[in-house]
Amino acid sequence: MSNIQGFLAIELDGAGWDGADLTRAVLVAESAGFHAATFTDAPAPGRTNALQRAAFAGPATRSIALVPEVDTVYTEPFHVSTQLASLDYVSGGRAGWIVTATESPEAAAAVGRPSVTGAALGQEAAASIEVSRRLWDSWEDDAVIRDVATGRYIDVDKLHYADFETPADFAGAGYSMKGPSIIPRPLQGQLPVLVPASLLDEVSADAVDGVLVSAPAAELLAAEVRDVRARVGASVAVIAELDVVLDARGQAAGSRVAPFDGGRAAFAGTVAGLTDFLESLLAEADGVRLHPASLFVDLEELGRLVLPELRRRGVLRAPVQDGTFRDLLGLERPASRYASATAAPHGAGK
Amino acid sequence: MTQHNRAKSDVFVPSGQIQFGAFFQGVNSGTIWKAAESGSQTDFESFRRIAQTAERGLFAAFFLGEGLRLREHLGRPHALDVVGRPDAQTMLAALASVTRNIGLVATQNTTYNDPADLAHRLASLDLVSGGRAAWNIVTTDNAWTGANFRRGGYLDHADRYKHAEAFVETAKRIWDSWETSDCPARRVVHEGRHYTVDVTPRLPRSAQHRPVLFQAGDSPEGRNFAARQADVIFSAHPKFDNAVEFRKDLVERSIAAGRGANAVQIMPASEFILAATAAEAAEKKEWVRNLQIGPQQAIAYLEQFWGRELSGYDPDGPLPEIDPVVEETSETRGSGFHGAKARQLADQWRAEAKDKGLSIRQFVISKTARIDSTFTGSYTAVADQLAEYARVGAVDGFNISPWLIPTGLDDIVNHLVPELQERGVYPTEYRGSTLREHLGLEAPERTADQAAEVVHA
Repeated sequence: MSNIQGFLAIELDGAGWDGADLTRAVLVAESAGFHAATFTDAPAPGRTNALQRAAFAGPATRSIALVPEVDTVYTEPFHVSTQLASLDYVSGGRAGWIVTATESPEAAAAVGRPSVTGAALGQEAAASIEVSRRLWDSWEDDAVIRDVATGRYIDVDKLHYADFETPADFAGAGYSMKGPSIIPRPLQGQLPVLVPASLLDEVSADAVDGVLVSAPAAELLAAEVRDVRARVGASVAVIAELDVVLDARGQAAGSRVAPFDGGRAAFAGTVAGLTDFLESLLAEADGVRLHPASLFVDLEELGRLVLPELRRRGVLRAPVQDGTFRDLLGLERPASRYASATAAPHGAGK
Repeated sequence: MTQHNRAKSDVFVPSGQIQFGAFFQGVNSGTIWKAAESGSQTDFESFRRIAQTAERGLFAAFFLGEGLRLREHLGRPHALDVVGRPDAQTMLAALASVTRNIGLVATQNTTYNDPADLAHRLASLDLVSGGRAAWNIVTTDNAWTGANFRRGGYLDHADRYKHAEAFVETAKRIWDSWETSDCPARRVVHEGRHYTVDVTPRLPRSAQHRPVLFQAGDSPEGRNFAARQADVIFSAHPKFDNAVEFRKDLVERSIAAGRGANAVQIMPASEFILAATAAEAAEKKEWVRNLQIGPQQAIAYLEQFWGRELSGYDPDGPLPEIDPVVEETSETRGSGFHGAKARQLADQWRAEAKDKGLSIRQFVISKTARIDSTFTGSYTAVADQLAEYARVGAVDGFNISPWLIPTGLDDIVNHLVPELQERGVYPTEYRGSTLREHLGLEAPERTADQAAEVVHA
């Protein structure tokens, strides 16, 4: 995917928030013009489940895409698939999925399973993505027929068993999953699936719609984006990850927060400096996800100054009113793979 | 508020009140999808509309079922019934943002969930909704459902409640590990036959301390489980005499479990077919039944028991002369009876239908129409009837399955609720902001401090 105009996502965190905080944050992000809100699920005291936070935000918002992190290693793929499909329904087709593969002994102990590390993490993620994609396709779009004459609510020929089995070389405990899904096909057909670039060795670029790219420093980010682009091609969205702290409320950025932990590239400085940096970055990346140091302080500056200026420069896509997350990413709504097996000869989209 | 602070006592005290819950069934044969006013079963708008209507009627709670595998009929997904539904907790989290008071109850299975993960998710829903979450505890033991999960089918039937109870105990310890958001969590460890949990919980207690627990189960084991663990039990006994008997039984079990006579509330599953007059209600009932059980539904119902295709039979004619397939013992659901019992049942049914002069369709309606759980009549007559339940404390409320989505609660809220309020047996406002407060439940006692020790079960 290569667009002259890019999109901006914002990570809303959510630790210690109640429903009112959540509504406020997502509405501020939406009215600031962010195209997508993401919800981390990394364990932190007081942080509620990311997918539920995204679902709660669904009815409160209109155009912003809602993209939770959902783990693939210590979760049941059938549950994950159903929950994500349900998020698509409650958000009117604005749901996405940031795939995470948890590498923590604590997460393993919590569910009583051996710890998963190394390449096996990517294998777990790849299997879980495949299960979800098959389940999302397992009801063809027009499976619910409500045919009074024949008394049939569904057309059984349009429901399919996913019949997934982990591959023979699967490092973890192999498993199978039967299907079909318990919920009709999501509104988007397939939810956009985003993965961190670190999982790309095991997760095929064909299986994903977007890649989240990190670099150790801001000046290295554009080069990293180019590298990943070369690996995944133009059809996968490449999204740069950036920590942000701005001069705000009379305080210099540097004085507001302790230095970031180094996991992601960080920008600390003025509104004008960030605006220029994002413009140059969006020339390489399809989108940028911002991780603000202090959500409401930085979000205010971003919404009031940075985004309007980027729009003025023609760098940002217009928000898609009543659009889907796929619309934002420039993705067609794919046919179900099972429908194409019987109806159309060409291969199914992801 | 007096009724809310009933001390732990061996004497049952009726609350004198009726509460309503709404059950959006999702997958079932009772919801009419053939009428012009039948809405979507999956669009958020249907859920929003019916949950908000229930809230307008001061319903205590809104319930969702859980789907883990599609029902099958003769080896294929069941084509005739409403089928397919959203994930309960995801939907309830969304509904939490468009409602303010109503309780949000997620049916969740103990067999195909991990205790730490499920407890965290329910605590999450409880916090996001401001203390309105509840868990309807269900169990499954069949490998057929397990085919969709990593664990597969691993649970012996006999272990079902033991496993479920250990699961619930673990969840309670997880919820109780934080007193307030300032207090550091205590580690919760459980080593059991079916799972091991070692977790440091990260969510504080909610406004109602922890999710309310609902449970349905009619066997002696199920009733004992409810008596020990649940706040509310869904009974299958709404008819007055049965309800009184069930109450007596449950009170005895609650006392035996050391929880006092009033510890567990009872909400039978029910269906309401109401109108201004008795005659109109009877007419409406006819209309409802005919849409619930069409000709194909009638045949399919018999096919479940016969274990074979019966599409050649006339729904308006007599029951099939041919015998059921008796060797049908597969794991797939849908075959209602196995082995020799099937033939015996078929003989019995043929005789019964012949005696009463019923066609296949009439017979199936008589068998499936939730006769025991349906309240049919005028608003005033049904209100009088329910007031009597309240007076003696036969039940604490009814869990209503609307037969129409999303308008199926409108007549109840607009007409029955005011009649009940006039009789002083239905709330006139929400009693607080949490589900526990709506139900008049006391704050739960904390589980004992087991932080340091491993609990084996």
